[in-house]
Amino acid sequence: MAAKTLTIDGHLVSARPGETLLAAIREAGITVPTLCHLDGLSDVGACRLCLVEIEGQRRLQPACMTMVSEGMVVHTNTPRLQSYRRQIIELLFAERNHVCAVCVASGHCELQRLAGMVGMDHVRYEYLSPNCPVDISHPRFGIDHNRCVLCTRCVRACDEIEGVHTWDVAGRGVNAHVITDLNQPWGASTTCTSCGKCQLACPTGAIFPRGVTVGERPHASERIALIVEARKQRW
Amino acid sequence: MTTSTTETAADRGARPAGDNRRKILEATMKRFQYQGDALIEVLHKAQELYGFLSPELLSDVAQRLRLPPSRVYGVATFYHFFSLAPQGEHTCTVCLGTACYVRGAALLLRELEELSGVKAGHTSADGRFSLLTARCLGACGLAPAAVLDGEVIGHADRSDLAVRIQSLLGRER
Amino acid sequence: MDLHELEAIAERELAQRPRLRILHCSATGCQASGALELKRRLESLLAEMGRQTEIDVGAVGCLGLCGRGPIVRIEPSGETFEHVKPDDAAEIIAALDGHACHVARCDQNHPFFTRQLLIVRRHCGLINPDRIEDYIAVGGYRSLYHVIHEMTPTEVIQAITRSGLRGRGGAGYPTGLKWATVAKSPGERKFVICNADEGDPGAFMDRSILESDPHLVLEGMAIAAYAVGAEQGFIYVRGEYPLAIERLQKAIAQARRHGLLGTQIFESGFNFRVDIRVGAGAFVCGEETALIASIEGRRGQPRPRPPYPAESGLWGMPTLINNVETFANVTAIIENGPEWYSRIGTEKSKGTKIFALTGKIRNTGLIEVPMGITLREIVEEMGGGTPDGTPVKAVQTGGPSGGCIPASLFDTPVDYESLAAVGSIMGSGGMVVMDEHTNMVDVARFYMEFCKDESCGKCIPCRVGTVQLFNMLTKLRNRQAHPSDLSRIEELCELMRETSLCGLGQSAPNPVLSTLHYFRHEYEELIGAEGDHGS
Ligand SMILES: Cc1cc2nc3c(=O)[nH]c(=O)nc-3n(C[C@H](O)[C@H](O)[C@H](O)COP(=O)(O)O)c2cc1C
Ligand code: SF4
Ligand code: SF4
Ligand code: SF4
Ligand code: FES
Ligand code: FES
Ligand code: FES
Repeated sequence: MAAKTLTIDGHLVSARPGETLLAAIREAGITVPTLCHLDGLSDVGACRLCLVEIEGQRRLQPACMTMVSEGMVVHTNTPRLQSYRRQIIELLFAERNHVCAVCVASGHCELQRLAGMVGMDHVRYEYLSPNCPVDISHPRFGIDHNRCVLCTRCVRACDEIEGVHTWDVAGRGVNAHVITDLNQPWGASTTCTSCGKCQLACPTGAIFPRGVTVGERPHASERIALIVEARKQRW
Repeated sequence: MTTSTTETAADRGARPAGDNRRKILEATMKRFQYQGDALIEVLHKAQELYGFLSPELLSDVAQRLRLPPSRVYGVATFYHFFSLAPQGEHTCTVCLGTACYVRGAALLLRELEELSGVKAGHTSADGRFSLLTARCLGACGLAPAAVLDGEVIGHADRSDLAVRIQSLLGRER
Repeated sequence: MDLHELEAIAERELAQRPRLRILHCSATGCQASGALELKRRLESLLAEMGRQTEIDVGAVGCLGLCGRGPIVRIEPSGETFEHVKPDDAAEIIAALDGHACHVARCDQNHPFFTRQLLIVRRHCGLINPDRIEDYIAVGGYRSLYHVIHEMTPTEVIQAITRSGLRGRGGAGYPTGLKWATVAKSPGERKFVICNADEGDPGAFMDRSILESDPHLVLEGMAIAAYAVGAEQGFIYVRGEYPLAIERLQKAIAQARRHGLLGTQIFESGFNFRVDIRVGAGAFVCGEETALIASIEGRRGQPRPRPPYPAESGLWGMPTLINNVETFANVTAIIENGPEWYSRIGTEKSKGTKIFALTGKIRNTGLIEVPMGITLREIVEEMGGGTPDGTPVKAVQTGGPSGGCIPASLFDTPVDYESLAAVGSIMGSGGMVVMDEHTNMVDVARFYMEFCKDESCGKCIPCRVGTVQLFNMLTKLRNRQAHPSDLSRIEELCELMRETSLCGLGQSAPNPVLSTLHYFRHEYEELIGAEGDHGS
């Protein structure tokens, strides 16, 4: 099928049919913030950071889940979008307890990086300061729910790549939280293979390797895409 | 009419020794050919039979439907109808839908909380009484509405309801 | 089953029906007011008198005046009584014999009744919802027969399109267009889903239809299935509606036994099977993609659209989702023709709409009114104003996704566009009347609490935004808000409206925005107090 031609931020861009808008935007060398998207995993369109304006459409659309089409005219960085993205990051920082100074992921955290990227320098919303548990029952990894942004990347990595679906989300609304098995301690999980893919996928310091000190944790989410690619090639 | 399929502790006590609940649940799963799609239907049935969804029950359902345990738990905790803890012998559900709210349901609930010493959404320590809330029972023409042990009460009056609850709890003590 | 058999059932039914009948409402409202006890008393009294074959005591569906139940209607006179107590049984029988009767009569010349136009509810109060024979006797399943044997699927869709019918679930999407999309979408299987989740707290139109005339909805679904090429249907009913579920189960079983659902319906090649799925207490499952997830046994979390369910819905197949009331309009359109239907209502909103009139209003209940009627006619004439005469302040339509319309705008006609223009929505039919004592900040906070509790938690703007807004409204109500909080509330409302994933988050700000627009002083008064000594 013929390539699609679209206009992104004033540049003419050609994209493969069936490609997502996010992929086309990135190929054009434009950066759009993303959080719930991770190369190699399916998309859910949950974080709303990658929303873009598409001319002729009433609503903003998530680039990660929108397919390119011929003649699309897309704006990725209007003042309105910038302001929304800043507010969304603010809401996230206010939701749980993100104290970067004492976080294992500081310096490698996608949330931290996003805050810088969208220019969020202070939070105007009330901190909800929930009392979230930390589970260090697993011998190799731990999860600190204070840092979780509910992107569900761990859920998808464990389900789609490792294929065991140890994680899922329980509860709803602001009480939603990720769980392992029947909300049992991770260490007691009968499904977990200790492969560590969830930890690779996690954008923040929520899932962390044990025995690694602050600053040592390499940011490794790209490795999920590499694993997926390597598998494809083997088959 | 009942608004919740939850059985009470009293029902459980009255159950004869030959417990065929597991068989009934199995039959339900079989009817759906053990398909994961039927999870919600199966959980409805399980709760109807057992009154609440214990970890053992959830794990059992997960195994039979060949679903990851976390998925079963995720679904069970998403829907308000499913309860992971036993409910009281008697339950009173106060409607907090709009029609009832406008007609003073919040006040009614507060009074019942005080009267019973049970906070909304909770069960008394002795397991005798649960005070629950609902978002519209569909009896809005009779607002404020409540359900006491399965019976819908229209134009629920604070003192009347209080008397009925007290007599329910008192008579059997 | 063929047409002759259908007619034979109808004739037999009418022939064996006693002339004298006592029909009592058996829907939830009246059951809660003691209708069942009344029925028992009537029956035992008639048995004592030896008149049980001469006089028929029958259950019928909701008569609409649910706030005054139990309601009883007697035939042939058609007189209707309200607040009928078990002790009134003898008097009702006396009335049937033409004797004096002191039980309060419903005034059927009251605008509450005369202003109504019954299309969807035309059988309510006339037929026993538990008996398919009653439905067949009033002409039931003729439209399905007609459609299967005399119309092509395309002709059916054209009829629905020409009628101008729009979805009654809230958004008002043209029904014919939706059917056409599903019909055209390729897929090895297709599905028809009836959305009976009725999440709006304070609304019970769909419940009443299902409890009063379940076959009407089944027939509408079957016609839709024929038109779009589906063989399987689901009705997704709220778990809070046990009576509706029971009646639907019964109705489906009866229709199957009569060959009106199942395989080779009316001896044609058309097959259609209907199953019930019971909701488990989640408002968001009324949203179509969440509803589909729920039928698939998953957490009821919405997903971004496109693709729309019409193209990729249940198990990825083209799926038609319509509201109960939408389906309930179908047979009337087939029976009387699309031109008849399109003459009712306004230019862009055709037909009638059922509303649940509740709150601070004298006549609470269900009304079916032609589109274009004004709010004033509904609230003042039909509803009769507030019970104690306090002035009406506003009416809320559309529930947690709608807005409050102030009394000064009561000349607004009830149609999709006009209600949207004043900052509310048609919604599914909840209409809650508020009087001068109702505080609008409290109302906004009430709805935000609802949305916060019902947010599925998937997307950030709604999951966290509803909590932040709720907290800010609480602060405001407790007079602890800062003047700058008002603009912060507005800013957050905009964020949620524009960036939330589904309609829940997108419309959650509506109750706040509409009250801020029309009753801003009530917000400002709460700030003034703190602003004075706070800064
Ligand atoms: C949060 C939310 C709740 C909804 N609840 C209902 C509902 O209870 N009943 C309903 O028919 N539609 C509901 N809808 C609308 C449905 O998504 C869908 O548009 C509708 O069922 C389509 O039917 P219609 O075209 O016949 O109106 C809801 C939408 C949203 C966003
Ligand atoms: S370590 Fe692997 S198997 Fe265990 S939860 Fe993480 S991704 Fe799943
Ligand atoms: S634990 Fe990490 S990957 Fe999982 S949802 Fe939370 S932030 Fe996302
Ligand atoms: S808007 Fe609310 S209900 Fe809808 S997907 Fe987002 S969090 Fe869930
Ligand atoms: S990255 Fe697209 S919505 Fe999160
Ligand atoms: S709002 Fe209480 S029954 Fe509907
Ligand atoms: S429930 Fe009886 S009249 Fe509506």
